[in-house]
Amino acid sequence: MNTSTDHIIKSYDQELDRLRGEIVRMGELAVAQLEASIDVVERRDERAAQRVVDNDDAIDTMEHEISHGVVRLLALRAPMASDLRAVFSALRVASDIERIGDYAANVAKRSIPLSMVAPVSPAHGLKHLAQLAAASVRKVLNAYREDDADMAYEVWRDDVDVDEAYNALFRELLTYMMEDPRSITSCTHLLFMAKNIERIGDHATNIAENIWFVVKGEPLEAPRKKGDEPHVTHE
Amino acid sequence: MTSFAATPTTTADAQTTTASRTRIQVRGLDFHYNGFHALKQISMDIPERKVTAIIGPSGCGKSTLLRVFNRIYAIYPGLTASGEVLLDGENILDPRYSMNRLRSKVGMVFQKPVPFPMTIYENIAYGIRHHEKLKRKAMDERVEEALRSAALWDEVKDKLKQSALGLSGGQQQRLCIARGIALKPEVLLLDEPTSALDPIATGRIEQLIEELKKTFTIVIVTHNMQQAARVSDHTAFMYMGELIEFGNTEKIFTKPDKKQTEDYITGRFG
Repeated sequence: MNTSTDHIIKSYDQELDRLRGEIVRMGELAVAQLEASIDVVERRDERAAQRVVDNDDAIDTMEHEISHGVVRLLALRAPMASDLRAVFSALRVASDIERIGDYAANVAKRSIPLSMVAPVSPAHGLKHLAQLAAASVRKVLNAYREDDADMAYEVWRDDVDVDEAYNALFRELLTYMMEDPRSITSCTHLLFMAKNIERIGDHATNIAENIWFVVKGEPLEAPRKKGDEPHVTHE
Repeated sequence: MTSFAATPTTTADAQTTTASRTRIQVRGLDFHYNGFHALKQISMDIPERKVTAIIGPSGCGKSTLLRVFNRIYAIYPGLTASGEVLLDGENILDPRYSMNRLRSKVGMVFQKPVPFPMTIYENIAYGIRHHEKLKRKAMDERVEEALRSAALWDEVKDKLKQSALGLSGGQQQRLCIARGIALKPEVLLLDEPTSALDPIATGRIEQLIEELKKTFTIVIVTHNMQQAARVSDHTAFMYMGELIEFGNTEKIFTKPDKKQTEDYITGRFG
């Protein structure tokens, strides 16, 4: 918040702090899910993958609780100005985190059929991509916790790295499939997983935009370098 | 960033709002009572046929400012106002500006409804008689018009000859508004008009304000920030006798320029 002073009503501060705490906790759970999903891809562990898929329910439940908390705050506290932005953004950030959790669960889900076929080498590229995305989400959660618009801006700006890693992986997978059609099944799974992880990066930038809006009171609007569009061949 | 404060109209340091025509121009207004400097160099343009809300903590000078607009202070000794408050280009603070004329141009409604201990009809007619000589039929029409404008007619049309003191609080306040507008003023000053009313009666008054602003320029002082946000087009935030910020209500309640305003509207003022 751009005002450092506490509210006259202390319980109002406590409620806002609690809301923020819940969102950070939800975010940490989503990052943990993302990391676990990559781990199960590497280890080719079906049962662990199923656990990751099942854990997504916990994130969904948290989102419901946060939505409920936001409605309650709006109704009972009638927040204004920066408080209103903080409460309103909490709803949007929670929704982004929920999507991040969904994508992580999707990656874990696809790891199950993937583990039933022969391993292919581009799976390593997927790990690199996931590490970049997880770092983005962690950083944006820190920015959210600290109300740090500059840190949020860095996440927003650096999403291009995730995009580029995705495009590199995309090209690698295409090449692989062309060279060895037997790899098409696994590579297609990997392609979808890569796309899911790339989307996680986009949600991190959405969260960054919300942090900027909460702190600055205006939308984050600046030209941003986009990673290359994927090379879809039209031959 | 667009800033209303940085776009003065006629005078260099006046805080203005949007391009709508100005009804009251306040220029370098100072107000003292018993050695206390209650208003400090207030300059603002109050737009015509809009609702301007004045908010701020107790003792910030908001009611004093409202009272200067109809020179109600002039009835007490030891109160002095300097600077200018221009209504249609004329300085109403000038002692030569007739009080009668001012009162017919600027109506006022107070926090606590104070109907005269007379019939409902007489409450309205009393003020009109003071300013105009009307035939019975014309007077009936004026009373009806005022009561209709104040959204009270349907509730009192069958008991015009009954005492106004028998009305509910919300009805009494609407009667006071009817009395205020019966003289067809240009400006209507409302000083905490709903603080003694229940939410339903408050809603009726707020709806009424919405209607009345089509005809009158309205300035409302309120402690209820939600009310200011609901009914006003422009909001002025005052603190310790100074006008801190004046701008479009939406901006004041979403992203005020001054930290003091932000602290006050978010409930952080200590």
